[in-house]
Amino acid sequence: MDAEISLTVDGVPRRLTVDTRTTLLDLLRERLGNTSPKKGCDHGQCGACTVLLDGERALSCLALAVAHDGAEVTTADGLATEGELHPVQQAFLDRDAFQCGYCTPGQICSAVGLLREVDRGWPSHASADLTADPQLTAAEVAERMSGNLCRCAAYAHIVPAVQQAGGVQP
Amino acid sequence: MKPFAYTRPGSAAEAVREVAVEPGAVFLAGGTNLVDHLKLGVARPDLVVDVRTLTSREITDLPDGGLRLGAASTNSEVTADRRVRERYPVLAQALLAGATGQLRNAATTGGNPLQRTRCVYFQDVTTRCNKREPGSGCSAVGGYTRYHAVLGVGSAMPDPTAPETCIATHPSDMAVALTALDAQVQVLGPAGERTIPFGELHRLPGDHPSRDTVLEHGELITAVDLPPLPSGARSAYRKVRDRASYAFALVSVAAVVAGEDVRIALGGMAHRPWRATRAEALLTGGPLTEHAVAHAMEVELTAAQPQPGLEGGNGFKIPLATRTVVATLRDLTAEALR
Repeated sequence: MDAEISLTVDGVPRRLTVDTRTTLLDLLRERLGNTSPKKGCDHGQCGACTVLLDGERALSCLALAVAHDGAEVTTADGLATEGELHPVQQAFLDRDAFQCGYCTPGQICSAVGLLREVDRGWPSHASADLTADPQLTAAEVAERMSGNLCRCAAYAHIVPAVQQAGGVQP
Repeated sequence: MKPFAYTRPGSAAEAVREVAVEPGAVFLAGGTNLVDHLKLGVARPDLVVDVRTLTSREITDLPDGGLRLGAASTNSEVTADRRVRERYPVLAQALLAGATGQLRNAATTGGNPLQRTRCVYFQDVTTRCNKREPGSGCSAVGGYTRYHAVLGVGSAMPDPTAPETCIATHPSDMAVALTALDAQVQVLGPAGERTIPFGELHRLPGDHPSRDTVLEHGELITAVDLPPLPSGARSAYRKVRDRASYAFALVSVAAVVAGEDVRIALGGMAHRPWRATRAEALLTGGPLTEHAVAHAMEVELTAAQPQPGLEGGNGFKIPLATRTVVATLRDLTAEALR
């Protein structure tokens, strides 16, 4: 069954007719040709499909496109502005925070969302004091990035990249 | 994925009416569990009724000093709320111990307690499962039981062919905390509104393992109310799992200590969050020494039935639950002495 929806993807307004079963991930990749969010597990376990949905990090494989009519979606492909890399993208390059790169767009979107969460004082399971402003320690980054798997295990470089992007000396 | 119709009605009441009259209809909120089930074939609805924007997303103060969590508030928003972190640390800790940042941004207050078991057989449509397909049997008995129940099951190795057999556990961390907090669930149904004490929301398998909760078809959670805790009350959530992050509980404990009052809820142990009422009765009014707590938990777990199975079964949960409760209460008591 089909439905008509409007979305803004990486700043571009889109109007599409979609099968109600279409996930946001399949819409981005198969309909719009935006292959930066990756299909890893397709069950919300690996994080490779992470995008920013109305500014917050989200799993596009578990979002039905039809349920997000009117949403603003930002993929890793849309983070750079006027040829200038996003600070998180630059930090991943500086720190060599990937090997094969398959999980990287999801890692980067997740890190962008994470830094906004930390800026707003959101706690994590790694925060000893739930009411104190969280610090961007390695333990905090590891916990907050636990929804993004890297099968090359580049974690040892991803964690300092996220810290660097957050203005913390790793 | 089986085709389905999708609607987003104009109000919660309208959504309730639409689901109530269509046996093949389901509510959709954050979708983190339902969309996965659509893909797996575990859920095969004819109609998906989207309620994500139809209930309140606000967290508001109640006149009695408690808090009301609108059903559409996300798990992230609840943990970010300063009132929750200061007054109900057990709830913030439980939510933060579950899932990942991405999932908590989507999962909602109304949806999280209604997520379904992660029993591997329930999620695999090629196996027999009384919860997924009533009357088909239970593939978990004698199988991979590491994450399965030891409480609320009749015996070790119940009859796998019996239609009532189910040894699944409820996976929600949030639900364990809400059980210990004596939360109240606000529900809108075809017959109007009702309030359900959180501890009565979830069921044991009984004769109908396919039913996780007492909600009738068409009933929608609109809010969860947290009653005020007495001043000086302390609370905590402790979760034991196979990985440091992003794993379901083997055993978890939500505890509230308020003066003489001790409340203990266990996760990972039963088909529903398990309120340890026998242990609570033994501990109320007495000193929370390690010996007293361990003894109370031994009494609580007298009826536990370790399930044999692959990799040694799940008998380890019984001493683990006791140790986890001891550790949780020890930390809470030590905090009080500081």
